Amino acid sequence: MQWNLICKQSDLVVDAGVAAMVNGKQVALFYVPAAPEQVFAIGNWDPIGKANVLSRGLVTHLQGQWSVASPLYKQHYSLLDGQCVEEDVKVPAWPTKLVDGKVYIRQPD
Amino acid sequence: MISKTSNRALKPHLVVIGNGMVGHHFIEQLIAQGGQDLYQITVLGEEPHLAYDRVHLSEYFSGKGAADLAMTDGSLYDENGIRYFTSSQVTEIHREAKTLTLETGEFLPYDKLVLATGSYPFVPPIAGHQRDNTFVYRTLEDLDAIRACAQHATRGTVVGGGLLGLEAANALKQLGLETSVVEFAPRLMPVQLDESGGEVLKVMIEKLGVSVYANTVTQEIIDGDDAYHRMNFADGSHLETDLILFSAGIRPQDALAKQSGLTVGERGGIAINNHCQTSDDSVYAIGECALWNNRIFGLVAPGYTMAKTAAGHLLGDASLSFTGADMSTKLKLLGCDVGSIGDAHGQSQGCKVFVYQDEMSQSYRKMVVSEDGKKLLGAVLVGDNSYYDTLLQYFLNAIDLPDQAQSLILPAMGDAPVGLGVDALPATASICSCHNVSKQDISDAVCKGALSVGDVKGVTKAATGCGGCAALLKKVVDNELLSLGVEVSTDLCEHFAYTRQDLYNLIKVEEIKSFKALLAKHGKGHGCDICKPAVGSILASVWNDYVLKKEHISLQDTNDRFLANMQKDGTYSIVPRIPGGEITPEKLIVLGEVAQQYKLYTKVTGGQRIDLFGATLSQLPAIWKQLIDAGFETGQAYGKSLRTVKSCVGSTWCRYGVNDSMTMAIDLENRYKGLRSPHKIKFAVSGCTRECAEAQSKDIGVIATEGGWNLYVCGNGGMKPRHGDLFATDLDDATLVKYIDRVLMFYTKTADRLQRTSVWMEGLEGGLDYLKSVVIEDKLGMCAELEAQMQAVVDTFQCEWKTTLEDDEALKTFRQFVNSEGEDTNVVFVEERNQVRPATDLEKQQLIAKVG
Ligand code: SRM
Ligand SMILES: Cc1cc2nc3c(=O)[nH]c(=O)nc-3n(C[C@H](O)[C@H](O)[C@H](O)COP(=O)(O)OP(=O)(O)OC[C@H]3O[C@@H](n4cnc5c(N)ncnc54)[C@H](O)[C@@H]3O)c2cc1C
Ligand code: SF4
Ligand code: FES
Repeated sequence: MQWNLICKQSDLVVDAGVAAMVNGKQVALFYVPAAPEQVFAIGNWDPIGKANVLSRGLVTHLQGQWSVASPLYKQHYSLLDGQCVEEDVKVPAWPTKLVDGKVYIRQPD
Repeated sequence: MISKTSNRALKPHLVVIGNGMVGHHFIEQLIAQGGQDLYQITVLGEEPHLAYDRVHLSEYFSGKGAADLAMTDGSLYDENGIRYFTSSQVTEIHREAKTLTLETGEFLPYDKLVLATGSYPFVPPIAGHQRDNTFVYRTLEDLDAIRACAQHATRGTVVGGGLLGLEAANALKQLGLETSVVEFAPRLMPVQLDESGGEVLKVMIEKLGVSVYANTVTQEIIDGDDAYHRMNFADGSHLETDLILFSAGIRPQDALAKQSGLTVGERGGIAINNHCQTSDDSVYAIGECALWNNRIFGLVAPGYTMAKTAAGHLLGDASLSFTGADMSTKLKLLGCDVGSIGDAHGQSQGCKVFVYQDEMSQSYRKMVVSEDGKKLLGAVLVGDNSYYDTLLQYFLNAIDLPDQAQSLILPAMGDAPVGLGVDALPATASICSCHNVSKQDISDAVCKGALSVGDVKGVTKAATGCGGCAALLKKVVDNELLSLGVEVSTDLCEHFAYTRQDLYNLIKVEEIKSFKALLAKHGKGHGCDICKPAVGSILASVWNDYVLKKEHISLQDTNDRFLANMQKDGTYSIVPRIPGGEITPEKLIVLGEVAQQYKLYTKVTGGQRIDLFGATLSQLPAIWKQLIDAGFETGQAYGKSLRTVKSCVGSTWCRYGVNDSMTMAIDLENRYKGLRSPHKIKFAVSGCTRECAEAQSKDIGVIATEGGWNLYVCGNGGMKPRHGDLFATDLDDATLVKYIDRVLMFYTKTADRLQRTSVWMEGLEGGLDYLKSVVIEDKLGMCAELEAQMQAVVDTFQCEWKTTLEDDEALKTFRQFVNSEGEDTNVVFVEERNQVRPATDLEKQQLIAKVG
């Protein structure tokens, strides 16, 4: 387990997501300055819509929890642990850090 | 035409004579209870049409066609094996032989017979009553004849100042005639109103330009000097008029009963018992031809109850019975509210009366209460019917009156609550009399999951008859929801304790320009997928900023953020604007070339434009660059905004076109294309009444007429199709645009999020009439502001794709991956009918297996 440098902070979009490719896996990165974590990383694959789209959903804050609404069928996925709020499915989630304008995520390789 | 061999051996033969509103309802009731399995059913109607909505007959003059008024197109009958014959008059009943004779001489056997022959207009035997250019007001054919005559007439007179007479007067006025009403009783609406009420109504109606001659007896009708007729009155005076319409009451159509020896009343009407059987127990009579307890019921609701009773009895359910009906009515006549409940004339023993009269605002209200002051026995309302629902419920349910009973008819002072909470109504309270729906029926429907007024209407049919109970129904439904603990909160979401309309006003008045600023001032938390796009849309409506501006980007739903519609596999579709559906061959070729180059699936949409599917995120800017270079603009198929203005070719090409619908459609599309609205908006413009562009199914529909344009509003297709309502007629170009500006801006300001124009309009208190008063009469004094706001939107239009292509920051978001070049390997196409389509899961596995 090691920190992978993914991109620059300026590649991110405030309060929204972008997609990145990490070791052949699609990752959705969300930059949320209001959250203590600042940057979240979860899988880009929407297991219900069956497409790589989660990075293109709306970032939401519901009852104190940060999540993203899938752009296809609107289920919410927690940005912290990838758990789907409405259904019993889960997407992967990875720790992140933002240092000197650079974005890292920790992922088993 | 009609087979003479009966099917008796198989099933008894049930024949219904008369296919009016009640006859039709009877068939519906039979079918609902499976009657077609027990009986072979035949319907015979004298009119050339199947049953139509006579209650709304006058709307035939305000834009509705015969098809709009039709209660069935025959498919209900066909699907259930019911034979029906229009233009078929029955002339004789032979009760011993159990056969009928038709006008054509044909015979038809029956086992059970239902008479639903309705009534006919009474024409007083005044000398000259049969002259040309005299009419009655009952059928579609009557209205056609009146319309034809009115085209070369200037003055019209109605004989009879009752309910129908005043409705007919309104129709003559709408046809552009100088209108008079001649009533032989001392006041208008003598049956429903007392003297003072009649007087107030007379003043109101005269103010509207209709002359009223009360207490006037017509002696003869002869040739006029400067008009077609002259009516000579008993007092020596006279009136000249081109057209005369008799509306002096109705008489039950009991000719067949008399001919066949059934018992009829002294003054007509086929006598029936509580099961609606006549003096011959295999013959039933229902509706306006029937006489129960020596009374005729000239309204549709009692007729429906009779229909249900007779159908039940014929199917072996004797538990239903007809035991009279409430004849209370409320109406808007010539724009004046009139209501009458129970014993309006105060004839009950010992009753006491409260009267309120206001000569300033022309209103009159009277309550008749029992001797002990506890119960309401009757009421009269003129000028303001907002008191009607409450009074009616006190009356129908015999609810004890409050201590200060007179407060029920006094104008509201301060904010003291007047009226009866729906809570107080007993479960048996009748909410909709047309369809006999009680409060209990509504609460049952809500419990079973009908959680909106629309759903409850669908399940119970409440408010789908005369519509008079709609406001009350909404209150009852809301109340039921509340008591079930379903929150009818109007808060947008947990972040804003405001409605969309509140937020619109806050943003506008406080000049708030970003979501962050709004949240800081009026909200809490960080926003969600409900409030962000809603506020994004309001900001765009009010300030018309570029939607991908840094501070707005995170508010946009995926389609708005990437200015394209996401498809199931994560690719996008591309819809350039093709105003009015008109496109040059050159531009068509460009679309073809682009589609070919990027291998996009190509389809003509339901909105008369061309959609290219299967572009990946990173391809979008390049594709749009080529399209914009060729002169295309974004079609905003992704936005809650103007979609398409559908058009027909109109007078330029079509031999029937009466105006240039093509130019109008293109101009309208270009005018409103930048408007962001609560939901999508669709228009259509047709070049004549053949309506090839289907304008009546659009939010804004425009149809060319000889005199300009007719404007329809608030229609839609989709999940719950709704025909648009005729809003204004024969408009010139400038007025048309002005009205559309106002309607759309008022909608944008006041509608709920994701509420289309139809639902919005139905939710406005006062509905269409209210909208007209705001837009046409400027009731709220805001028309100038609405127009200015629309002009600002028009003036600040930008093609969002053009702006995006010039903005490097915005372009960055179209990268598939921030850290590498590759494409999404899950996007896989296969070919079908020579074009691509997304591969199915199975196909993907097979393809990957092959490659791997
Ligand atoms: C492409 C098209 C179907 C086609 O192959 O022809 C289409 C496609 C979509 N329609 Fe539609 N509708 C299309 C014409 C219509 C029409 C016909 C018309 O406009 O004359 C209707 C019925 C008329 C109406 O809206 O009143 C129609 C009623 C709907 C509805 C139901 C709206 C309602 O009020 O009930 C939705 C859902 C919604 O908007 O919430 C919808 C939503 C959609 C969406 C946006 C659904 C989605 O989110 O993926 C589809 C995506 C379009 C895309 O990817 O480009 N579409 N849709 C048509 C595009 C027209 C255009 O040129 O812009
Ligand atoms: C302009 C207008 C406005 C009205 N407004 C209201 C209102 O607001 N509220 C309300 O409750 N009511 C209203 N009414 C009254 C309402 O329309 C009637 O109560 C209702 O239509 C009665 O239905 P019915 O089926 O009994 O009679 P009808 O609708 O008259 O149907 C009888 C049918 O039987 C046919 N028929 C008759 N004899 C024969 C025969 N021998 N053979 C074959 N067919 C025959 C007739 O041609 C007719 O089609 C209004 C009526 C009019 C004209
Ligand atoms: S609506 Fe009228 S003008 Fe337009 S194409 Fe059809 S027939 Fe022609
Ligand atoms: S009372 Fe006529 S529709 Fe309900």
